[in-house]
Amino acid sequence: MSLAGFEVEVEQVGQQGLETEEMTLNMGPQHPSTHGVLRFVVKADGEVMRQAIPDVGYLHRSIEKIAEKVGWHGFMPYTDRVDYVAAMFCNQGWGMVSERLGDIAVPKRGEYCRVIAAELNRIASHLLSVGTMVLDIGAITPFFHAFREREKINDLIEQLCGARLTYNYMRIGGVAWDLPPDFIEKVTAFLDRFEPMLAEYHDLISVNKLYVERCAGVAVISPEEAVNYNLVGPNLRASGVRYDVRRDEPYSVYPELEFDVPVGAAEHGVLGDSYARYAIRIREMKESARILRQCFRQMPDGPVITKVPRKFKPPAGDAYIRVESARGDMGWYAVSDGTEYPYRCKVRTGSFAAMAIIDKVSQGLMLADLVTVIASLDIVAPEVDR
Amino acid sequence: MTATEIYERLKARFGERVISVALEAKDPWILVDPAAIAEVCAFVRDDPELRCDVLSNLSGVDYKAQGWIELVYHLYSYTHRHYVILKVHTPRDAAEVSTVERVWKAANWLEREIYDLLGVTFTGHSDLRRLLMPEDWIGYPLRKDFVEPEEYHGISTRRESLLR
Repeated sequence: MSLAGFEVEVEQVGQQGLETEEMTLNMGPQHPSTHGVLRFVVKADGEVMRQAIPDVGYLHRSIEKIAEKVGWHGFMPYTDRVDYVAAMFCNQGWGMVSERLGDIAVPKRGEYCRVIAAELNRIASHLLSVGTMVLDIGAITPFFHAFREREKINDLIEQLCGARLTYNYMRIGGVAWDLPPDFIEKVTAFLDRFEPMLAEYHDLISVNKLYVERCAGVAVISPEEAVNYNLVGPNLRASGVRYDVRRDEPYSVYPELEFDVPVGAAEHGVLGDSYARYAIRIREMKESARILRQCFRQMPDGPVITKVPRKFKPPAGDAYIRVESARGDMGWYAVSDGTEYPYRCKVRTGSFAAMAIIDKVSQGLMLADLVTVIASLDIVAPEVDR
Repeated sequence: MTATEIYERLKARFGERVISVALEAKDPWILVDPAAIAEVCAFVRDDPELRCDVLSNLSGVDYKAQGWIELVYHLYSYTHRHYVILKVHTPRDAAEVSTVERVWKAANWLEREIYDLLGVTFTGHSDLRRLLMPEDWIGYPLRKDFVEPEEYHGISTRRESLLR
């Protein structure tokens, strides 16, 4: 939404000596467009936000404390709840940090299974993000399109691990099960349908005048600011910083796969605006589809998990790993004291930094743009609170 | 730059205030005097050879037996693609470290979280309030000697097991 005109009006009132009163509004914690339970205290001057102060913690389930009580293996199902929209990445992060501490190598086929599961999950997560963003802005049809496709992915993942949302698919040392029979054919059939559909979504939303005007030029984040606030993933790339953990700090089998890292462009507004953040997710889904097809061609036969003792006791020490989650670089820090229980586990998630920047970017925007900002940064509240 | 080179560069600049380096660790880290952390961080960000433009993670760990709380700064350089891991130790009973919020904006919330869950005071922080726990919560849950209260505002925190 353009701000031209409003600024002038506010100033004119000031010159005439009339006092404008600042309103304090409460948004949330149960507002449907806040994607989870979170609250904003908005200081507004008429329709213009002076400040939107995030109040988080409503979904704090002390997951890091639980890690200290349930042991290395036992923590895996809890990691699903860190980001239940993209749980595969949390599984993978916990697996990787434990494996690094215990010097465990995952079999090649296990790594491929992980990448397949993760990239399917990335498409599902981006569909949810894009679908709800459009819904929040006021268009309902694209939301149904996106969720229809997401349902298909949920069905596929259900065949893979028996769960639709909190997967608990990976284990320390590999994955729980190999791909079910016909899985590759089913996913390929899904991709054959899905890839051309992306173009249809594009026609449906990306060039819609109302949608573009609500997003273009709203909440612009400069590359310097994005790095300073440690924005990660699509949010960072939308600001023009070409960085992807999969490519730049490679892990798993990503070095064997070919894919592009899309970076934001000023298609309709400016670099780093809400539209750029939306558009980059559409392009990333295409790349994920490309990765999936390569995995099916390349994956070797063999075991999917290494034998890891049930009483897993990694040697004392600490390790930090990062995975490229759907919401960007997710950091896992774990400390072992040589016992069956982690001494400390800390997760630094993508939404955490994105949430912290809202206070800054919302200043001077229209009140209605706050939902655009939340949706375009793809904030998932449980990931902030853990 | 390798961990040894990074250590030598910091040692040459800060002398005694950069205490030691753990090269044998999985991720080699450098121990720094807590009083100097803000200065060291500013140097690590601005030095053209190091140029750590992002604070990737800031974690706090309570080492009860040793009597200190350890803060771990995972710094990363988008320019040079290397890590610098700094650690500081602060006594448990008077946990206080100067803020690095002016070096990286990302530190604002990360430090608030550590203040909230581990009770470390960051001097000079612009907005040191609890982040995740309720404002009137007593105690710091991630400390090893934290005892969960029986109730919170009349709401019991105990629940009978469903598996009887």
